Amino acid sequence: MKRLRIYYPVLAAAILIVLLHLVLAVTGKIYYMTQVTMSAYYALVVIGLCLLMGYAGQISLGHAGFFAIGGYTVAVLTTHNLSHYRAASWAESLRSLGMLVQWRNLYEQDVLSFSPWVAFLAALLLAGVIAVMIGLPVIRLKGHYLAMATLGFGLIIYRIVLGAKLFGQADGISNLPPFHLVGSLQVNGRAPFRVQNYYIAWVAVLAAMVLGLNLIHSRVGRALRSIHQSEEAAHSLGIDTYRYKLATFVLSALLAAVGGALLTHYNGSIGPSEATVMKSVRYVAIVAVGGMANLWGTMVMGVLLNFLSLRGVFGSYDDAVFGAILIGVMLFAPQGLLRVPRLRAIFFVGRASSLAVQKLVRAQRAAVLRTKATCARRSHG
Amino acid sequence: MADVLLETRNLHRSFGGVHAVRDVSMKVPTGAIKAVIGPNGAGKTTLFNLIAGTTTPQRGDVLFRGKRITAWKPHAVASLGIARTFQTTKLFPQMTVHENVMVGRHPRTHAGFLAGMLNLPHTWREDRETQAKALEILADLGLAIHARETASNLSFGRQRMVEFARALATEPALLLLDEPAAGLNIYETKELSQLILKIRDRGVTCLIVEHDMSLVMTISDEVVVLDQGQKIAEGPPAAIQRNPDVIRIYLGDEHA
Repeated sequence: MKRLRIYYPVLAAAILIVLLHLVLAVTGKIYYMTQVTMSAYYALVVIGLCLLMGYAGQISLGHAGFFAIGGYTVAVLTTHNLSHYRAASWAESLRSLGMLVQWRNLYEQDVLSFSPWVAFLAALLLAGVIAVMIGLPVIRLKGHYLAMATLGFGLIIYRIVLGAKLFGQADGISNLPPFHLVGSLQVNGRAPFRVQNYYIAWVAVLAAMVLGLNLIHSRVGRALRSIHQSEEAAHSLGIDTYRYKLATFVLSALLAAVGGALLTHYNGSIGPSEATVMKSVRYVAIVAVGGMANLWGTMVMGVLLNFLSLRGVFGSYDDAVFGAILIGVMLFAPQGLLRVPRLRAIFFVGRASSLAVQKLVRAQRAAVLRTKATCARRSHG
Repeated sequence: MADVLLETRNLHRSFGGVHAVRDVSMKVPTGAIKAVIGPNGAGKTTLFNLIAGTTTPQRGDVLFRGKRITAWKPHAVASLGIARTFQTTKLFPQMTVHENVMVGRHPRTHAGFLAGMLNLPHTWREDRETQAKALEILADLGLAIHARETASNLSFGRQRMVEFARALATEPALLLLDEPAAGLNIYETKELSQLILKIRDRGVTCLIVEHDMSLVMTISDEVVVLDQGQKIAEGPPAAIQRNPDVIRIYLGDEHA
């Protein structure tokens, strides 16, 4: 079936993920799995941002804000101790519904807090509502006006989590309980749960990929690409461009919040560094280096670059590396590393049939046009 | 031809001190080909934009099938059955020709975000129908061999035909064509006039802004002449050709 062809790479990715597990086990580097798992959660953010930037053509420099909204919401709700209200009738009724749970933290204290499921759904709801509220006015903006407005949003979120007592200020929030999914499956960063969490994170990523791939190949995906390429024409063909851009903005914010919520449970903590502007810039850089309108490229780059960053490969130049990546991509490969026709030519030169050459020429011509269009768009503001 | 499909009543729009369209009232009968002519800057494209919703009028009304659609957003106007092409062809350059026309099916299909993400059986059935329908439209205009080409790689004339196909894919009742013959050679213009007649014969009413007088005079049933935003004449082509006011603005006073 033709429609199923887009799922073959998902299958291939699943096999590679299992192979990576085996390789890590054989080479005795099983502890790398922790960083791979964390990187996978970050990849959720860039998958959403890729839909927004690469397909709908709208930039956001505030996605670390949505990640932080997801992470901090679950952190506050699952750690804020409500023991004081234990006897209150609302607390009892919430408890009987399973919305409040009693547990014991690392310091052997009894904590009565919201269950991770409730916290997770609340995080999604909050991120969604804020995305709509922010999106309604700002999504009307174009180009760098939109970039600046979303940047402002990111800054506000950063200052709030850094300043408010509720969010632990500079210390952030720690000691989150594990997130029990089904049966014995739980999002839990402790060593005995390493392997299962590696797979939980990847299932989340592949699920997001399947949803994203379906979307871009659908009526809505075509509409988004058309908005990106000629908003006026899209509008004249019955596409409610404003609504589509807003919906994509909210969808990408939700994915960022999911990544934030799950990673916070996995790490057991979250701090204000997750909400910085540099994190937002990092997400944008990853989407750019992944090829903008390229979900697979973005996902792979998201996992790879975050993994290297978490392993400390970039040392104290971490943020500088992502800045440099962004500059480099814009200058030399505006359509992403995995798409540069020249790279293709180098790797596939052996079997360059005339058809491949034709394809190459076409791709190059399109690349030139695209660059010109980008330049023109920039100069017109 | 008695039915009025589209009507404008005292439509007015100025930009700064320039009156682009001044109190223009006209009627487009169902099934007709109506042309809007006039010198550069006469307000023809602004008139189109006012009808299509790209620009909002300061006064006056647009009625479609007797319904007031003044200042409706372009997507709402399009969903109602008014399609348009642009003076400078606006294809989606990086999409294939086939995809371009598939986007034109938007107002006739339904799958939303959730359906798209889940790709349920009825969603992809709809999408397959969209593919087939788009291909059918391309074949009808003799463009099927270009279906898989990237739109920006086509020649200028072909791009314009694809834009036609894309507009037709919305199954419009009214087609607004903004200078369809601009930049086409005489053979292409001839093909174009055949095509417009064919579209009309299938029941699509056409409103055309055009500079090519031979095209206008041979295919249109009625002509409206604008000058400096005002309607100065309206009638069948033969009458317009003899109208002294029209001759004056086109050829100068001494010819009138």
